Amino acid sequence: MAFGAFANSGPDLSAAAPRRRSYVAIILLAPGVVYLLATFVAPLVSLVLTSFKEPGGDFEVGEYVYAFRWENYAEAIGRFGEIFLRTFGYSLLATILALLISYPLAYFIGVTLRRFPLWQSLVLILVIAPFFISFLLRTLAWKAIFADEGPVVSFLQAIGILGPEDYLNGTAFTVIFGLTYNYIPFMTLPIYTSLERLDLRYVEAGGDLYAGPAQRFWRIILPLSLPGVVSGTLLTFIPASGDYVNASKDFLGSTNTVMAGNVINDMFFQSFYPLSAAVSILLMIAILIPVVAYVARSGSEDLL
Amino acid sequence: MAGSFDESGADLELVGVTKRFPGFTAIENLNLTIPAGSFFALLGPSGCGKTTTLRLVAGLEEPTAGRILIGGKDVTTSKPHQRPVNTVFQSYALFPHMTVLGNVEFGLKRRGISSARELAHEALRLVELDHVAGRRPAQLSGGQQQRVALARAVVNRPALLLLDEPLGALDLKLRRQMQLELKSIQSEVGLTFLHVTHDQEEAMTMADTVAVMNKGRIEQMGAPEELYELPRTTFVANFLGQSNLFTGDVVSTEKDSMTVDIAGLGIKVPRERAQRHAGEVTIGVRPEKLTLHTAKPESTAGVNILGPGTVIDVSFTGVSTQYLVQVPGLPVLTVFAQNMVFGPVAEPGAEVYVSWRVEHGFGLADEPEPEPKFAGDDDTRTIAVQRRQRLEDELDEA
Repeated sequence: MAFGAFANSGPDLSAAAPRRRSYVAIILLAPGVVYLLATFVAPLVSLVLTSFKEPGGDFEVGEYVYAFRWENYAEAIGRFGEIFLRTFGYSLLATILALLISYPLAYFIGVTLRRFPLWQSLVLILVIAPFFISFLLRTLAWKAIFADEGPVVSFLQAIGILGPEDYLNGTAFTVIFGLTYNYIPFMTLPIYTSLERLDLRYVEAGGDLYAGPAQRFWRIILPLSLPGVVSGTLLTFIPASGDYVNASKDFLGSTNTVMAGNVINDMFFQSFYPLSAAVSILLMIAILIPVVAYVARSGSEDLL
Repeated sequence: MAGSFDESGADLELVGVTKRFPGFTAIENLNLTIPAGSFFALLGPSGCGKTTTLRLVAGLEEPTAGRILIGGKDVTTSKPHQRPVNTVFQSYALFPHMTVLGNVEFGLKRRGISSARELAHEALRLVELDHVAGRRPAQLSGGQQQRVALARAVVNRPALLLLDEPLGALDLKLRRQMQLELKSIQSEVGLTFLHVTHDQEEAMTMADTVAVMNKGRIEQMGAPEELYELPRTTFVANFLGQSNLFTGDVVSTEKDSMTVDIAGLGIKVPRERAQRHAGEVTIGVRPEKLTLHTAKPESTAGVNILGPGTVIDVSFTGVSTQYLVQVPGLPVLTVFAQNMVFGPVAEPGAEVYVSWRVEHGFGLADEPEPEPKFAGDDDTRTIAVQRRQRLEDELDEA
């Protein structure tokens, strides 16, 4: 249900399908299974093994041997605990902001523009259009816009919101802005898919049954578009938590806005492979726990 | 009105209501008063504007012109949720993300009624569905969903209940049961029911007053029996049951009847049952009022006789037999004869006469049209064929 926007769980044919046909299913599944084994399971196992490695015999930089050095994890948590919290906070904030911007946008495209299919397609293309330009370039463009001598800072200083010594680049504001901006299409599209299929007769029935506009939204429109909201928030939150571009000091961040992705990146390029792997695993677990809890809750009926 | 129920139904008044959509006019200057507590049916073919009328009353559409009053209060500009009206939608529109109980108590909760749950269970018991209160609408059959939709509307005890073809998906037995249920709810609570349907039988058995609608106007309005026995227009005569219609000139007028020349025969029609009394008129008689004779009957005062004609088709329908009789110079006549004896009284090809009592005839208000369009069975197909013919003619002229 949570991923309803992506995959329709079709009718269960397993019982009806004749048994002797099952080899067809195996052949069709094989490429997918091989792909998953090669690109997901194998790297994951390798990553877990790497995260327990210890420095090699001759103590040369970047040389490690297989071991069970759990201290890597203790070190990761000890050194980077604060960064994990920041990562979670930034991603959550960006997800919420993206949701607040995307839902009305998706509603406008999916419901308001329903009677004008041409406009609907056009606006939809506008949502996807940024993908045609490398996101590195787009993020760099924002860096230029938010630059100390740039238009935004000058304007905010002129009207007195920012002091003469204040700046934007490298602050939490620009990082969260960048995350929100970069992931808005991933939020908008699944919500749009849900809203586009929304049967407006339910909304009419709600009005007929004494529900005002706010009640109609909270009790009918939102619950019926929830699959899209769940998909969109996951598609935003998960990659945002692992993002290492926006928060990097080369883009919109600074040393004060380091996120888990940047740590993994830095540790790796400084050849601290086990530590880098340990941070990766921890990040994965840290994301997985809230996500699983969220999906389980949205799949259950009390959220509806 | 929050937290309270309407004690009784309310008058519904439509004053000069017009609704135009881009490209066509759905309703043209409609004036209609439905007295409180009545069961009113709007009957018409699809596309006649009856559903638009319902949506206007519910507030789901805004009229282009005119006013809508419920219980004397102008609600023309009120939003749907502000009107004391509930609708049983044709598509049911049950909320798929709520249980059956959640659906039924939805309206009550929005109005802040404290005993919402008990009232909802009560309404579900009324439609014999309390045992599925915890299920989702998708888990119910079509008929069950329709009953839930009914319960969801009725539970609010609206001053005006709108029914949009609510019994369409039910099988015959359940349909009868729900018809009775609706009638009893209606008389018990004294609600005003506005029922929209294309099913003439449903309209006639349930409603006190039926309005036959065609092309955005009301053709005729009255008690079901009155409409059936004395149709005023060709549309009503053919949409509400079947009719045998003839066109001819009025040749003489007597004290209480007039004589019309139909294919050289003088056919009498009571004056007070005719809408027009001079010139070319269309008159008609219902098929079950006709009597079939195998020999020429004695001409008596007060009886019209047509014939001789030939039986061209006989179909047995159980309680009656339908005969199609071709009389030279006339459209094919339909005769319904009660099956008083075993087997048909005339076989196809037999020479027969047809008679009916003068007081059973009626005269219509329509201006006769040049084409011989008053064939006995003016079903939707013939209408469609005629319409296409007319369009093609227009194209040829252009």
